[in-house]
Amino acid sequence: MELTLWTYEGPPHVGAMRIATSMEGVHYVLHAPQGDTYADLLFTMIERRDRRPPVTYTTFQARDLGGDTAELVKRSISEAVARFQPEALLVGESCTAELIQDQPGALAGGMELGGIPVVSLELPAYSKKENWGAAETLYQLVRGLLKPQLPPPGFAKPSPSRWQQEGRRPRVNLLGPSLLGFRCRDDVREITALLADYGIEVAVVAPLSARPADLLRIPTADANVCLYPEVAGSVCSWLERSFGMATVRTVPIGIGATASFLRELHHLLGLELPAELEPGPDGTCQAERRSRLPWYSRSVDSTYLTGKRVFIFGDATHAIAAARIASRELGFQVVGLGSYSREQARELRAAAAELGLEALISDDYLAVEAAMAAAAPELVLGTQMERHSAKRLGIPCAVISAPLHVQDVPARYSPQMGWEGANVIFDAWVHPLMMGLEEHLIGMFRHDFEFVDGHLSHLEGASAPARPAEPEPPDDQAAAEPVASVLPGHGAVVWSADGEAELAKIPFFVRGKVRKNTEAYARDRGLVQIDSEALYEAKAHFSS
Amino acid sequence: MVQTELLRESGQREVFCGLTSIVWLHRRMPDAFFLVVGSRTCAHLVQSAAGVMIFAEPRFGTAILGERDLAGLADANEELDRLVSDLLVRRPEIRTLFLVGSCPSEVIKLDLAKAAERLNTQLAGRVKVLNYSGSGIETTFTQGEDQALLAMVPLMPSSAVEQLLIVGTLADAVEDRLVQLFGRLGIPVVTSLPPRRSTELPPIGPGTRVLLAQPFLSATARALVNRGARLLTAPYPFGVEGSRAWMAAGAEAFGVAPAQVAAVLDPLVERGRRAIAPHRELLAGKRLFLLPDSQLELSLGRFLQRECGMELVEVGTPYLDRQLLDAELALLPEGTRISEGQDVERQLERVRAARPDLVVCGLGLANPLEAEGIATKWSIELVFSPIHGCDQAGELAELFARSLRRRAALSFA
Repeated sequence: MELTLWTYEGPPHVGAMRIATSMEGVHYVLHAPQGDTYADLLFTMIERRDRRPPVTYTTFQARDLGGDTAELVKRSISEAVARFQPEALLVGESCTAELIQDQPGALAGGMELGGIPVVSLELPAYSKKENWGAAETLYQLVRGLLKPQLPPPGFAKPSPSRWQQEGRRPRVNLLGPSLLGFRCRDDVREITALLADYGIEVAVVAPLSARPADLLRIPTADANVCLYPEVAGSVCSWLERSFGMATVRTVPIGIGATASFLRELHHLLGLELPAELEPGPDGTCQAERRSRLPWYSRSVDSTYLTGKRVFIFGDATHAIAAARIASRELGFQVVGLGSYSREQARELRAAAAELGLEALISDDYLAVEAAMAAAAPELVLGTQMERHSAKRLGIPCAVISAPLHVQDVPARYSPQMGWEGANVIFDAWVHPLMMGLEEHLIGMFRHDFEFVDGHLSHLEGASAPARPAEPEPPDDQAAAEPVASVLPGHGAVVWSADGEAELAKIPFFVRGKVRKNTEAYARDRGLVQIDSEALYEAKAHFSS
Repeated sequence: MVQTELLRESGQREVFCGLTSIVWLHRRMPDAFFLVVGSRTCAHLVQSAAGVMIFAEPRFGTAILGERDLAGLADANEELDRLVSDLLVRRPEIRTLFLVGSCPSEVIKLDLAKAAERLNTQLAGRVKVLNYSGSGIETTFTQGEDQALLAMVPLMPSSAVEQLLIVGTLADAVEDRLVQLFGRLGIPVVTSLPPRRSTELPPIGPGTRVLLAQPFLSATARALVNRGARLLTAPYPFGVEGSRAWMAAGAEAFGVAPAQVAAVLDPLVERGRRAIAPHRELLAGKRLFLLPDSQLELSLGRFLQRECGMELVEVGTPYLDRQLLDAELALLPEGTRISEGQDVERQLERVRAARPDLVVCGLGLANPLEAEGIATKWSIELVFSPIHGCDQAGELAELFARSLRRRAALSFA
């Protein structure tokens, strides 16, 4: 038993719903009690879907438990098949149905359903979570549909460069994009266009917008691109094992990763590497000029980004990508890296080790908030939950990962992947910092007559709840407290009046850092009070 | 009794389970904590319905059952005790802990009543532990509040004091206003269940007259009657007509003269009608379809038909408690089609066939219906918004008119 106040991931059947709802022509019969239909609103509200998810819930009640719930499952299946005429049927159960063991998959298997493919999902609700459920569902669905095409054991692996013999362009599948994934819709468009620039075609995108018939075409591609390992990792491994299909696993988020992705793909497909992708002596290539991020990052205006302390938390894919971009491409200092994706913990630990950090693998948002506070970052890159935590701590934040909020499904084109994705990332991560400066300016000039009461910054506006049902409790109190006071071990040191006065003369944008450093210095030296002398001593200590 | 057409349906329900009511109950009682004993689905449901990412540390949570808990119930009980004691160390301000049963805890027959008893002994009065079920196999949406209040009834001290007890969560401001108005009517002692502090439960006994502020509190009402209280029947306090009748029923039970009732309430009714008027202009003659959700559907249908001039195509309700809704049924027009339970696919077919001007429905259905060109009003807003009483009648009408007004205001030509 585990106390959960808030969870990054839903149960595994919600992952299955993400696959079913991302696709066309698939229907999911879910053996579940009343109330589980709440999951529909994730799609109709957060994703603003104009259709209900293709899910039929059996909605059994207590009075059904004494009777024949298996009959209810069968009735739901035959009604759903008759009404929706799906091209493939998923059958599964949610947590409660798992306990009553009706085995809906087996029931469906024994039914005459006109020959439509039926995939039985067994998603252990008491040990697994949403992303695992999504990955398992995609894998089971692809496996179920491709069974008739399975090559015999000992088959010769198809060569990823066979397109050359077949007199056609090379083609790949983009696997993993799904609803409720972070910016998947736009990533697919960006990567499809990026590949087209190099003459690489996209055979199948799945699950997003795919039909079951599209999945049957997966083996016709020369390679698979595992865009989102959380969702497509298992199916890509299976396609490697069973069909000998090679997988590109570099996730093209950020400049360096996009260039590596393209090089890996060219190499794999036996395509000649274009000159613009050849790394120069400094490791950079011409192609990256397609994005503004490298130049914007080099431009003098970005000098102030140097060494900004950044705390990163999200799903593993986006957190790892963010760490690479932050540390190498923006010149930030990554002071914390973590993820709630236990399945990808190994990769995340490796990425953290490269930065000299210990990875935080946790799905307890309070532990994440505590780690954030302890790391004293100047910028947080996280999920919507870290945005709220950061707001309480008075730290600017940009959202980089699911779980989604309606704000994370913007109307405009805003991918994370490829060259344009890097542009989007530059703006999304740097603007909160500028806004952070504006916050200070507003604070500084608050008493000037130009500033009237009620002047609100856009930071506050940005955190307005998107659903009217969300009441936002006043958290001004928490936000108004100095950051130092929420850090552990800060209670013992006090500032004298002249110390405070001296601190006030320091430019506002470094004042927080000076306060923190001076307090650390004072604690190390066992000082109880910080006066102006102590402040100058600390200053000398840190600059020497 | 007016003849209505009753359609009983069973099939897929697009309704929340009783756990959802934690969202407003925990705000009413800031010294209480609601601990769902259930699965990750339960946790995800409550946070999705509440949009709780905004809270630092909410006063509700889920003890998520793991495979080990399912394997042995003895361990599950130990685990629950451990988890509760950790929780209370971290949240010392908590005075009442509700253990809330869920579908999985009910199915594995985890006895939360016994657990509450055991914890009460361990905690020796420092924290009161109560239990109730909000499971979807037994409760729909607002019924969770009924079960929570029912759990509190045995703790209410016995007293023969003459009092009016308002039952059902109200917004604090609305409650203050109603208490003030009852005071003007000459009823000096007005108490509420749930109270604002979980430890300050109102007394109960033969001097208590009960007015239900919500039409979904059947079990609580029965328990209060068993404790000697008298249940007053009236339409529910939505719109000026319902609110006036509801308050008048309270006044009558205390022997307040009708002239006094009229002197206090009629000006409010008059003012409320004026507040409704601009919205009535928009709503009158429009056809309304209410899908089953919050259990307020009959009362809202009555208000929208009688005070706003809307035409009722169908009024859906998760279940029909004739005793509690008798007064509402009597005010519905002859032949109103009422549906009880739900088969969502068939109901949506009726919606599409009827092409109503406005559909009241849950969040899972609203955007899909809008995309089909049908205007909607999300029902969940109705359980979060202050909509009770004559003074809120205009706002209540506005909630429905807004959908139509917005559609009329948009133009992309």
